[in-house]
Amino acid sequence: MTDLFLGADRASESEAAAVDEALRSRDVDPVVRPETERLYTSGRARRAERRHYLLPALHALQNAAGWISPGGINYVAEVLGVPPAEAFGVASFYDLFRTEPPDHDGDTFHVCVDAACQIAGYDDLAASVRASGGHVHLGPCLGQCERAPALFVQGVGGRPDYVPADAEPFELPQAGDPSLRLLRRIGVADATSLESYMAHGGYQALRRAGEMGAEAVLEAVAASGLSGRGGAAFPTGVKWRAVASESGRPKHVVANCDESEPGTFKDRIVMEHDPFAVIETMTIAGLATGARNGWIYIRGEYPLATARLQGAIDAARAAGLLGDDAAGTGHGFDIAIWRGAGAYICGEETALFNSLEGFRGEPRNKPPFPTTHGLFGEPTAINNPETLLNVLDVITEGPDAYRSRGTERSPGTKLLCLSGKVGRPGLYEVPFGTTLGDLLELAGGVAGNGELQAVLMGGAAGSFVGPDSLDLPLTLEDTRAAGTTLGSGVVMAFDTSVDMTDVVVRIAEFFRDESCGQCVPCRVGAVRQHETLVQMQRKGSLSPARRALIDEMAEVMVDASICGLGHTAASAVRSALDLGLIASAPA
Amino acid sequence: MTGAATVTETAVTITIDGQPVEVAEGSTIHAACVEAGIDTPTLCWAENLTPVNVCRVCVVELEGSRALVPSCSRPAEDGMVVQTDTPRVRHSRRMVLEFLGSGVDLSQAEDLHHWMDAYGADPDRYGDEGHSVERVDEPVKIQDELYIRDYSKCVLCYKCVEACGDDAQHTFAIAVAGRGFDARISTEFDVTLPDSACVYCGNCVGVCPTGALQFKTEYDLREVGEWRPEDQSVTRTVCSYCGVGCNLDLHVQDERIVKVTSPSDHSVTSGHLCIKGRFG
Repeated sequence: MTDLFLGADRASESEAAAVDEALRSRDVDPVVRPETERLYTSGRARRAERRHYLLPALHALQNAAGWISPGGINYVAEVLGVPPAEAFGVASFYDLFRTEPPDHDGDTFHVCVDAACQIAGYDDLAASVRASGGHVHLGPCLGQCERAPALFVQGVGGRPDYVPADAEPFELPQAGDPSLRLLRRIGVADATSLESYMAHGGYQALRRAGEMGAEAVLEAVAASGLSGRGGAAFPTGVKWRAVASESGRPKHVVANCDESEPGTFKDRIVMEHDPFAVIETMTIAGLATGARNGWIYIRGEYPLATARLQGAIDAARAAGLLGDDAAGTGHGFDIAIWRGAGAYICGEETALFNSLEGFRGEPRNKPPFPTTHGLFGEPTAINNPETLLNVLDVITEGPDAYRSRGTERSPGTKLLCLSGKVGRPGLYEVPFGTTLGDLLELAGGVAGNGELQAVLMGGAAGSFVGPDSLDLPLTLEDTRAAGTTLGSGVVMAFDTSVDMTDVVVRIAEFFRDESCGQCVPCRVGAVRQHETLVQMQRKGSLSPARRALIDEMAEVMVDASICGLGHTAASAVRSALDLGLIASAPA
Repeated sequence: MTGAATVTETAVTITIDGQPVEVAEGSTIHAACVEAGIDTPTLCWAENLTPVNVCRVCVVELEGSRALVPSCSRPAEDGMVVQTDTPRVRHSRRMVLEFLGSGVDLSQAEDLHHWMDAYGADPDRYGDEGHSVERVDEPVKIQDELYIRDYSKCVLCYKCVEACGDDAQHTFAIAVAGRGFDARISTEFDVTLPDSACVYCGNCVGVCPTGALQFKTEYDLREVGEWRPEDQSVTRTVCSYCGVGCNLDLHVQDERIVKVTSPSDHSVTSGHLCIKGRFG
C-alpha cells in the first residue's frame, strides 16, 4: 500500500469476500492498486477514482458481520484508497450501520416510531417481535405509513433485508379508477415484466422523445408547468434546461429515491409497482439534458423497490433500452443503483450527492446548484420518481393536454400519501385543486372516533392544519397562501382521541436524531427545541417565555441553517402550538 | 466542501451597509467586509483553510436571498446589496453563539467573548427549573506528551479536519464521526493518536479556535493556573531542521518555549508546520 496508515486489524474471510462480491457486481476489481499508482492524491482525484464504492462496500460489511468492524474498515480503506478515519466517519453517519460489535447474532428488526406508527401502536409490534426472540431497533419512519405500524428486517450473515408486509397482496385504493394518470399501470401491469409494461404503453414516451429531439422535449417539459414533487416545487423544465446548457463535462441524471419524510411512501409504491416507468423517464431526462450517466439513490429500507428497479434495469438493458444507443435514440444512457443506509438528510439533494460519492451525507452550501455542480461536482438533473413519472404524459399527450388537469399554477395530478386516522390509508392520485375534505372523503373519511382534530400536511417538515381547513384546495399556491405545504404529499389525519403532545414531541425528536450535525443552528437548535418540548410535556404547560424561546430558536434555524432540514425543523412544532393542539399557556 | 472561487484581476462592486465596496472578482463577502472595515465574527473560517461555512456566525443579509448567507464562503457578485447589522443578522449571530455556549465550554475561545457580549448571548437560559440541557461532556484525551484533545470544548468547526486533510497535511488521521449533536472529531474507532495515522505535525492544534486542541505544555500550565499569555514573549525565527525555511513564532514564558506557531500569511508555511518545527 502506498501512504495509507492502517492499524493491525484485518477483515475476516467472509467480510473480505462480501466486499469483493459487492465491488465485482459493479464491475470493480477488488484488488489493491500497485504502489506505483497514487490512487488518492487528494480530494478530487480520490473522489473520481473509487471513493463512491464506499457505501456499497460498507453495506457488504454490515451484512457479512452484523457491524462495521475495524478489520473490515481497514480492508475497504485499502481496496478503495479511502483513509480509515474517513471511512469510519462515513460508517458512523448511518442508522443501518453499527460501529460497535452487536450483542446478538440474528437479524435486526427495525420498528418505526414516527407519527403514523406511533398512533397505530408500534410498541405492541415491538413487544411481539421481542417475544419471538427478534432483536428490535426502534427508529425513524420506514415509508410504510399506510400499513402502520411498520417493520423492516435487516439481514445479517448473507441473509437479505426484507419487509414482512411485502409478502401481502397489494391493492391500490383507487384501483380501476379511469381518471388515474400516474398510477394507471399500478396493479394492472406486471411490475417484473418489460413485455407487460410495453403492452400498457411503456416506452412510447421515450420513442416519441427520440423523434422529437432534446430541444423539443425541453420545451414540452417547460410548457407543461411541471414542478418538482419532493416539496420544493422547482420547475422541472428550468432544471433540465440548465443542465442541458452545460457542456464539456460529464453530466448526470439522478433519481432521488431516498424518500424519508415521515408520512411519505408514494415513491416506494411507484418503484415497487411501476419500476420501468422510473427507468424510462430517467432515460428521457438523459436524452433531454445530454447526460449519459443515470443514478438511482434509494433508501436502504426499500428492498423490494430496489429489487424491482434492478430487475427493470437488467431487462431494459437486455432489450437495448439502456446502453450505448438507448432505444435507438442514438443517445447513450445507463443506470446504476446505490442504496442509502438510514439517514433522512440524504434526501436533501446535495447531501445525497455526498453520500453517493462516499462522503458523509452532509448538505453542501448553495450556490453553486446541482445543475452546474452536482454529483462529482458535475452538472446534474435530480428528480424524484413522482416528478419523473409526469414526463410520460407530458411527452405522449403534449403539454396542453397535460395542463387540462389541475389548476393554472399547479398543473397535473398529485400523489398523496394518506395515513393516520383515515378509513382507507394508502396512495391516492387526484388533480391539483381537489379540496382536503374531498380527499379525506375519498380515503374513507376520518377514522377513530370520527372527529377530526388535525391533519399533518407535508410530513415532519410540513405543518398541521385544523378541521377548518377542509375546504383548502390542494394546490401549491393555495397551501402556500394558507401557510402550509403539500410538501412530499403527506396527508396524515388525527382524530380527537390522539394525544397530539406525544406526536409533536416525537417530531421534535425526529429532527434532533436526523440533523447531520454540520451547522450550529440545526445541530444545537434541534436539540434545544426537543428539550423545551419534553420539559413542556412534563410540566403540562409552556410558559410565554418558553414559547418565545421556541420562536427565537426557529428563527435562527430558518435563517441560518445550511439546508432545508434546519429550515423546516420547527415548522410542524410551531403550527401545533399556534393551533392549540398542545399545551400553550399555563392553566 | 466547495473551494473558494479563484480571485482574478476583475473588480466587482457590492454595497455593504449602504457603502460601496470594490473587491477583486471571486473575493468573498467576508473579504469585502474586511475591505470596508466592517468587523465580522468568524469561527470556522481561517485565511489558510478552505471555507466550510458550517458555524454560521458570519451570516449576513443579502438582498434577494430568502435565508441569510455565510459571508465567509459566498463570492461577492457585482451589484450585491448586503446588510451586516440588521435585527435578523444580530439575532442569528447571537443564537449561534448562545447555542455553542449552551453545549460546550467556550472559556478558552477568547476571540468569541467580545462577540458574545456584543450580541448579548446568554448560553445559560436554556435550562429551566432544574431541567438540564445536553452538553458535550467528555474526559480530556491525553495520549502523549505533545498535545491534548478536550472535546468538551469542541465547536465542530472542522478546521482540524481540514488542516489534517486536504487543506494542509494530507494525513487524514481524523474526520467527523457520528451524527447530529453526537458528532465528534475522531480517529477510526476512536483509536489513540499513536495508533492512528497522526504524524504529530500539530497543524490541527494550530487552527483550533477554542482550546479543544492544545499543546501539552499549555494544558499543563493552565491546569496549575500558570498559563500567563501576558507574560509571554514571541520570537520569530526560521526553523533550522531542513532547508524549507519555515518561519516559527516561539512563545516563551519564564524562559521556556511553551508553544510554537507559524504566521498564517507566511509564504512558505501558510501557518502550517511539521513535527520538527512544531514540537522540535
